[in-house]
Amino acid sequence: MVAATEVIIPYHEVRDDLWRPLGPASGRYWVALILAFLVSAWGLGCWGYQIYAGIGVAGINRPVSWGFYLVNFVFWIGISHAGTLISAILRLTDAGWRKPVTRVAEAITVFALMIGGMFPLIHLGRVWVFYWLIPYPNSRLLWPNFRSPLVWDLTAIVTYLTGSMIYLYLPLIPDVAQLAQETTGWRKRLYSALAMGWTGSDREWHSLEFAMKLMAGLILAVAVSVHTVVSWDFSMSLAPTWHSTIFGPYFVTGAIFSGIAALLLVMVVVRRALHLEKYLLKKHFNNLGKLLLLLSVAWLYFTAAENLTIWYGNDPKEMQVFGARTRGGYAPFFWFMVFCNFVVPFVLLGIRRLRTINNTAIAAACVLVGMWLERFLIIVPTLATPRLAASWGHYAPTWVEISISCATFSGMIFMYLVFSKLFPIISVWEFEPHPLEDE
Amino acid sequence: MDTAERQHRWGMAIDLDRCTGCQACVVACHAENNLPVSDPKSAAKGRTVHWIRVDRYYDGVFPDVREKHMPVLCQQCDDAPCEPVCPVYATYENEEGLNVQVYNRCVGTRYCANNCPYQVRFFNFFAPEWPEPLALQLNPDVSIRMGGVMEKCTFCIQRIKRTKNDAKDENRAVADGEIQPACAQSCPAEAMVFGDLNDPESKVSRMAGSGRSSRLLEELGTKPKVFYLQRGK
Repeated sequence: MVAATEVIIPYHEVRDDLWRPLGPASGRYWVALILAFLVSAWGLGCWGYQIYAGIGVAGINRPVSWGFYLVNFVFWIGISHAGTLISAILRLTDAGWRKPVTRVAEAITVFALMIGGMFPLIHLGRVWVFYWLIPYPNSRLLWPNFRSPLVWDLTAIVTYLTGSMIYLYLPLIPDVAQLAQETTGWRKRLYSALAMGWTGSDREWHSLEFAMKLMAGLILAVAVSVHTVVSWDFSMSLAPTWHSTIFGPYFVTGAIFSGIAALLLVMVVVRRALHLEKYLLKKHFNNLGKLLLLLSVAWLYFTAAENLTIWYGNDPKEMQVFGARTRGGYAPFFWFMVFCNFVVPFVLLGIRRLRTINNTAIAAACVLVGMWLERFLIIVPTLATPRLAASWGHYAPTWVEISISCATFSGMIFMYLVFSKLFPIISVWEFEPHPLEDE
Repeated sequence: MDTAERQHRWGMAIDLDRCTGCQACVVACHAENNLPVSDPKSAAKGRTVHWIRVDRYYDGVFPDVREKHMPVLCQQCDDAPCEPVCPVYATYENEEGLNVQVYNRCVGTRYCANNCPYQVRFFNFFAPEWPEPLALQLNPDVSIRMGGVMEKCTFCIQRIKRTKNDAKDENRAVADGEIQPACAQSCPAEAMVFGDLNDPESKVSRMAGSGRSSRLLEELGTKPKVFYLQRGK
C-alpha cells in the first residue's frame, strides 16, 4: 500500500490552487457548460411535451406501468449515497485522508437528489396535482394516505435533501467567509450572504464542529433509511420477486456501491480538469477503489442470495420472472450487469498492479452502467410477467423517456460545472491548521 | 367496518361451466361504462381498456385441446392490495364492500395497478377519445375519465345506486337479482350472477357456497368477492 502521508503543502499555496478554478472560465469550460445546458433543456422540453400531450408519450403500458422513470429514480437516489454517506462515515471515523474528498462527494449527493427527486413527479399521470401527496391543512380535510410507501418515499427524500444540503453547506461557511473578504461585486455579495456573518471566533468554530458532527451522525441514519424506503416501494407490494425481505439492505448496498463509483468518476474528471493532482492523490483513488471492490463483492453476495433463494424455492410465479431475467429476453442485460458490477471491478481493483487511477475510473464507469441495469432488471421483468399469464407484456422506452434519461446526466454535469465555478471543490479551510485541530 | 355488519356486500358468481367465451360481457361493459375503443396501434402497445376481459386457458395437447374461458373483472377484494399503496386515497373500500376509484383524486402513480395481482386496473395514458359518431352514445350516468388517472370495474355502481334509490322511493328493500351489472345482464348463458353476499338466501350467496366455487388467486389472501364455479378437472 502507498504510505498514508498527509498532504503537506503551505496553506497559502493550497488557497491559491483551490481558488484558481473560481477565476475566468476557459473555452473548454464554456463548451461543456453550453452542451450540458442544451441537453438538459431538451430533456426539460420533453417533459413539458409529456405534460402537454399526456403521459402516454412514454413507453409504459399495461402491465408495465413503471419504466425508465422509476429506474432513473432509484438510480439517482442511489448515486446520492456517494456523498453524504461516505463523507459522513469518514468524518465520524476521523479519517485524515478524507479532506480533499468530502465536498466533491457532498455536492454529488445534493445534485443527484435534486435529479432523482424529480422522477416521482415526472412519472405521475397528473403532475399538476402532485402536492396532494404532501400533508397540508386544507378545507376539504383531505390527507395523504400514510400507509402508502410513496408517502414514506416523499418524506424520506425531502428529509434527505434538506439534511444533505445543510451538510454540504456547513463546511462551506468558513470558505465562503474567506472568499467574501477577497472578492468584489456580485461574488462578494453572494459569499457574504452565505457566510451569515461568520467571523471565525472560537465559539463559532465550536458550534460548527458540533453541528458537523451532529449532521454526520444524523445523515447516516437518514441515508440508510432513504434507500430502504425506496426499496420498500417494491418489496411492500405483492408482485412476484418484489416481495422480498432482502430488498432494504440490498438496495442500500447497491446505492453505496453506485455512489462510490460516481464519486470516483467525478474525482478523476475534477482532478484532470481543475489540475488538482496535488490534492487528489493516488492514495485517495486507492482507498476508495478498495471500498468499491468491497462493495462489489457485497453486491454479488446480495444478488446471489436473492436469486439463489428464488431459484431454489421454485415458486412458479417467481420463476417466470427469474427465467425472463436469467435465460429469457432480459438475460443479455442480466449477464452484462454481472460482468459490469463484479467481473470488471474484481479484476481491475482486486489485482493491486492494475489498481491505477485510470483503471479505477473504468471500473467505476462499468459499475454505473451495471447498477443502472440492475434497477431496470428489478423493475421491468417483474411487471412484464405478472401472475396471470394472459396479461404478460413488453416494455420499450420511447424517445421521450430516453431524452429525459440523458438529460439527467447532462443536468448533473451542468450543476457540477456551475458549482465548481462558485465554490472551491475542495474544502480550503480544512487545510489550515487551527487551534481546535487535535492533530 | 366488519364485513358482516354492512347493509350490503356486493359480490358476483361466475359459472365457468356455462361461459362460452362469447365476449358479450366485454362489449356490454364498454357501452355501459364509456370505455374508449382502442385502435390497433394502441392495442399493440398494451393500452387497451377492458374493465372485464375473457382470459383463455388451454388444456391438453393439439389436436385434443379443450379451451376454457374465464371472464376477469375487478375482484372487489375485501383485503385489496391496490388500496393501501395509493398515496392519496384515490382508491378505497366503500361501505358496501366495493373498491371504488375516485378519478378526481387520482394523481396517476400507477402503484395500484402494479400491486393488483389480477391486472384489472387500467390507466388513461391519454384522455380518451371516441370516433364519431360513437361519442353520441356515451352513457350520461357514468363520468368520462380524464387522461392520467386510473380506472377499473365498478360493479356498475351507477346501476346499484339507481336501484337502491328506486327501492327507497317505493319504501322496500332491494330484491335479489334486481341489480344487474351490464356484463351479467348481457350474458346469454346466464353465467354471471350479481347480488348481496350478506344475504344468505341470495342466489349469489348460494352459488358462492357451492362445492364448485373457488376464487382467483385465493392463496394471496386478498379475499375477492368474485366467485368462479367450475367442475373439478
